[in-house]
Amino acid sequence: MSADFIQMGLGRWLHIMAGVMWIGLLYYFNFVQVDALKAAAADSPPTGGGITKHVAPRALFYFRWAALVTVLAGLMIMGSRAGQVLTFKPPYVGIGIGAWLGILMFINVWGVIWPNQKKILGIVPASDDEKARARRTAFLASRTNTMLSIPMLFFMSTSYTFHRPLFGL
Amino acid sequence: MKNPLDTLWGTVISGLVLTAVLYYLARSLVGA
Repeated sequence: MSADFIQMGLGRWLHIMAGVMWIGLLYYFNFVQVDALKAAAADSPPTGGGITKHVAPRALFYFRWAALVTVLAGLMIMGSRAGQVLTFKPPYVGIGIGAWLGILMFINVWGVIWPNQKKILGIVPASDDEKARARRTAFLASRTNTMLSIPMLFFMSTSYTFHRPLFGL
Repeated sequence: MKNPLDTLWGTVISGLVLTAVLYYLARSLVGA
């Protein structure tokens, strides 16, 4: 088994698998859970307790760890070219933009979304006011990541050798 | 003004606009 096979072959497989789990759960939160919890809160009596207690913590667990594995596998694929990729040296301009968007999203997950979710879920103590603020901050950070995922996936998927010329990149 | 990230459509449209902006920025960086 060559080093190239492990770095580029298995690394790319791991990057895509973890990335599907990360972005899949991000889309679950934004396209499904936010509106579902709103509808559940409007029920009489409210019916969202099970989602908050049993679904959200599990989804958040896989969400944040998949984000870490995705970024680590991405750095593994870049390897010694990381400097050129992250400073947008041709032919790595497109993948450089995609990589930076992914890194920003990763920082958002671990630096903003997770610390605020811990307050919302009661993992760390917080007053009702702090919980309300944390809910808004986590929501906007999650929506920001959904927005950033659109160009991130564009640049990730169009930066492969065959696709790059199709988009003039 | 309402925050576009408050709605799913606003979020998706913002993402598409950002994609177009970054695409043209990337094209200028590669000298196309």
